[in-house]
Amino acid sequence: MTSSEETIRKIREGSIRTIARTLTMVENGTAGSQELLDGLFALQKGFTLGVTGPPGAGKSTLVNRMITRYRETDCSVGVIAVDPSSPFTGGALLGDRLRMQSHATDSGVFIRSMGSRGHLGGLSGATRDASCVLSAAGYSPVIIETVGVGQAEVEVAELADITLLVLVPGLGDDVQSMKAGIMEIGDIIVLNKADREGIDQLESYVNASLDLMPAQIDRPEVVRISAVTGEGLGSLWKAVDRLIEKQVAFDRVSLSAVKTLSGILEETGKRVSDMLLKMEYNGRGEAEQLILAGKISPYAIGKKLLERAERIFNSNECQ
Amino acid sequence: MDRKIRVLIGKPGLDGHDRGAKYIARALRDAGMEVVYTGIRQTPEAIADAAIQEDVDFVGISLLSGAHNHLFPEVARLLRNKNAGDIILFGGGVIPEEDIPGLKEAGYAAIFTPGTPASEVVEFIHLQMVKRP
Repeated sequence: MTSSEETIRKIREGSIRTIARTLTMVENGTAGSQELLDGLFALQKGFTLGVTGPPGAGKSTLVNRMITRYRETDCSVGVIAVDPSSPFTGGALLGDRLRMQSHATDSGVFIRSMGSRGHLGGLSGATRDASCVLSAAGYSPVIIETVGVGQAEVEVAELADITLLVLVPGLGDDVQSMKAGIMEIGDIIVLNKADREGIDQLESYVNASLDLMPAQIDRPEVVRISAVTGEGLGSLWKAVDRLIEKQVAFDRVSLSAVKTLSGILEETGKRVSDMLLKMEYNGRGEAEQLILAGKISPYAIGKKLLERAERIFNSNECQ
Repeated sequence: MDRKIRVLIGKPGLDGHDRGAKYIARALRDAGMEVVYTGIRQTPEAIADAAIQEDVDFVGISLLSGAHNHLFPEVARLLRNKNAGDIILFGGGVIPEEDIPGLKEAGYAAIFTPGTPASEVVEFIHLQMVKRP
């Protein structure tokens, strides 16, 4: 048995330490992680739920409720909670777990916090891979909580089977709900903090905005809840279950495979760029120095790399 | 890719004085580390299980209630039992000088008492990372 097969066997057996270590590997892009993911990909089962929304909307509190709900039905639940990394130091305070610690000692729940590590879009670069690991380990659903988002961080919708957009009163007027981006990705729109002033207004803004949606797009359900008191959660679970049932009708494996490919292509692109930079400029550092010294523009570097790639490609074709 | 240092900061026991724990969490964040903050009133089991799932390199726990001689060794014991004795432990809070040797024996690499500058904790972590096998 290769070490990769051995690791996969342990993950399937539910070894917490192995799963945790594997998550670290895929997060750091350690050698061997691609081979592991290749082996784990086909073993994925179950579904993924995305939870997104602005900072302080109550995402973690809602995720905590979701864990309880799925544990009642004996599902093992995986959670990936992403918080922002500092663009200056790379450090991060990962505090989502704080609201979920009541599940910490439940062996049917695996919670992992991740820093966004410079990745834009509301997730981290390795969230998809981490979800693959947890799913292959038998956790279903895998719940993915994004960083607190603004208007355009819509990546989670690509990754999750169903995305819950959590909104709260008091974050702006009706023009905010007319903007493109985040308002378009919720399969369900959750209006949290239903006990707060402004909830009626928020609901009417959201509904007015949905009224104008193109007819070919499925209109998302709007559900009022209070994640703290539990009010409205029954209706939310029903809405989620209805969508899950619909989704199962699709060929989910191939759908998720195609989605995964676009993520992989992006990563591959980065790696190829790095290789080309190494050939052309002895690495990224030197290219940056040239830009700083005013000797070349970033655009010219991009062009040179593409030309280099073309030359390599052409010379191979002639052989 | 560079390997991020991951640290769990939590508070076992019943006192709610989390200022120190939050101060250290923030300082480690500013030193470029990923800090999982689990908050107050955690059982030793919850701290140990979270540390394993999060695959942290360090666990730092803070206590001001006086129960450190019981709760600190308990976290260390649980981690060892769960085959995670390689995670480096440090503690902080109101700990009398005479209790420190016992806690070190129980598996704590360092105990930081009130007044310790945050930079000292950062230095400790960097030093331990270098010494790691």
